[in-house]
Amino acid sequence: MGNFRAQTSEASETSEVWHPSRARLFLQTVIARAYPRVIGQQREKSWIFFEIFLPMMAISAYVFIYRAIQAPEDYIGFVIIGGAMTAFWFNVLWSMSSQLYWEKETGNLGLYIMAPNSLMAVLLGMAAGGMLATCLRAAVIIILGSLLFGVQFTVSSFSQLFATFLLAMAALYGMGMLLASLFLLWGREAYHISNLLQEPVYLVSGFYFPVKSLNFWLALGASIIPLTLGLDAMRQLMFASGPTLGFLSVRIEIATLVVLAVFFLLAAKVALDYMERLAIREGRITEMRR
Amino acid sequence: MNTNMRSFRFAAWLGWQIESNWTDPFLFAIYSVVKPVASVLILVVMYNIVTGGKTDSPIFAYIYYGNAFYIYVASVMTGVSWAVIDDREHYRTLKYIYVAPLNYPVYLLGRGLARFVTGSISVFITILFGVLFMRLPFDSALVNWPMFFGALLLGIATLTIMGLILAGFTMLIANHVWFVGDAVAGALYLFSGAIFPLDVLPVAVRWLGFVMPLTYWLELLRRALLGTAATAFPTLAHLSNTQLFAILGGITLALGLLSRYIFRSCEHRARERGLLDMTTNY
Repeated sequence: MGNFRAQTSEASETSEVWHPSRARLFLQTVIARAYPRVIGQQREKSWIFFEIFLPMMAISAYVFIYRAIQAPEDYIGFVIIGGAMTAFWFNVLWSMSSQLYWEKETGNLGLYIMAPNSLMAVLLGMAAGGMLATCLRAAVIIILGSLLFGVQFTVSSFSQLFATFLLAMAALYGMGMLLASLFLLWGREAYHISNLLQEPVYLVSGFYFPVKSLNFWLALGASIIPLTLGLDAMRQLMFASGPTLGFLSVRIEIATLVVLAVFFLLAAKVALDYMERLAIREGRITEMRR
Repeated sequence: MNTNMRSFRFAAWLGWQIESNWTDPFLFAIYSVVKPVASVLILVVMYNIVTGGKTDSPIFAYIYYGNAFYIYVASVMTGVSWAVIDDREHYRTLKYIYVAPLNYPVYLLGRGLARFVTGSISVFITILFGVLFMRLPFDSALVNWPMFFGALLLGIATLTIMGLILAGFTMLIANHVWFVGDAVAGALYLFSGAIFPLDVLPVAVRWLGFVMPLTYWLELLRRALLGTAATAFPTLAHLSNTQLFAILGGITLALGLLSRYIFRSCEHRARERGLLDMTTNY
C-alpha cells in the first residue's frame, strides 16, 4: 500500500497516471474479487450451517437407501464422497456460472465490463474465494459423514489423490467460467438451466454410485464434466473396492483431467472475450430486463 | 366475481405464466421430463447395481413411488412459500400485490395451484417412465382409485397448508430465505420414509417420521396403488387405511388451524416492521 501511495504521489507530481502492469492488475483483480467472498463467509457463519446441513440430509437419505437394500459398506463411502463433491458443483453452477447473470440483474455487470481489468480475473477471484469456503464445507461433510456412518478409507496414493483433486477443480472451475459467459447469452433462462443441470449431472457423473455402472458410451460422454472422472479416480484411490469399480485407470483419468483443464480455461478465455466485445459493440448484454 | 375467486384465478394464471413462459414449449417439455426422470434414475441405478436389477422386489416399488410423489413436496409446499420470495425479491411486486384488492393467502394458494399442475406433469411422467421402462408394478384394475384420489387430495391440502406456514415465516426473514423451503423439504425427504422404510432410520430419530403427515400420506398412496404388496414393510402395517386417513386428516386439520394463526401473525409483523417492500439483494 505504501509503495502504491508513493507511486501515485509521484504520478500526480509528474501529471502522469500510474498504470499497474497487466499481470499485477490481473492478480489484484483476483484478490479483490476473492476478498468479499472470503470475508462474506466469515461475517455470516450461518451460511456454513445451511450449506452443510442441507447436503448432509440428502446424503443421509442416499446412505439409508443403500442400507435398506443391504449394499456393500464401500457404497456408503461413495455416497459421502459424491455428496461432498456436490458442494463444488453447486458452487460452480450458482456462484460462478450464474454469477455474471446475477451481476447483470443487480446492475454491476456494466461496471465489470467498463473496468480495465480482465473478466477472467474477476471469475478467477470468485472461484478462489468460493473454493476456500467450499473446500471447508466438503471437508466437514466428509468428516461428519464418515463419523456418522462409519466409513473406512484405504488411501492407496496421497499424491495421486491430491493431484486428481487439484486437476478436477481446475477443469471444473474452467468449465464454470465458460458457462458464465454462456449463461449470460442465454438470458433469463440461466436460473432454469442451472436448476436443470443438477439431477441429470448427478446421474450421469455418478455422484452417488460408480459411473462404471452406466453404459460405457454414456459414461464416456459424461466425462466431459470434470467431476465424473475426478470422482471416479478419487474413489479408486480412497476405497479398497474402488479399483474394481473404476471406469478407467487412474493414470488415464488424471491425463484426461489435464486436457480438460487446459481446454476449459482456453475456451472460457475465448468465450469471455467474445462476450465482452459483444457487450461493448451492441450494449445489450449489460441491459437489465426482467 | 368475489375477491377470493378473483385472487385465486389470477394468481393461478400468473403462476402458470411464470412457470412456463421463460422458454418455448418444446424446451419447457424437456425441462419437465428430464429433471424428475433423472432424479428417479439415480435411485434406480443405485438399486440396480446392488440388487442386480430385481425390480419385482417390493422395495423397488416402495422407493420409486415414494420418490415420484415426493415431487409434490418440492412443487406445492416449497412453491407456495417461494411465491413470497419471487414477488418480494425478484419481481419486487409484493407491495403492489398488498395494496391491490386481493386476498393474499388466497393469492398464494393460486400460485400453489400452478406449481401443482407442473408437479403433476412431473409425477405422471415419472410413473409412466417407471411402468414403461423399469417394470414398475402398476395394474389400473387393481388400483383403489377412490382411495388414491382421496389420499392425493388430502396430501396436497396438507402440503399447501405447510407452504402457507413457510410463506408466513418467509415474510419475516431477510437472510437464508432461499433455504427455508429446501431445509423443510430435505427433512421431510429424510424422515418421512419417502424412499426407504422408517425401520432403516436409527431408533433415536425414527419418531420424527411418525409425527410427519407425509409418512401417512405416502403409505396411503402406496397402498392404493400396490394393494397388499405395500404391506411388505411392517412400519405402518398395524394401521388400517381408515386409521391412516384419520391420522392424516387430524394432522392436516391441526396444521390448518395453526397455519391461519401463524400466517396472520407473521403478516401482521411484516406489515408493522415494513418488511413487505424489503429487497435484501441477499
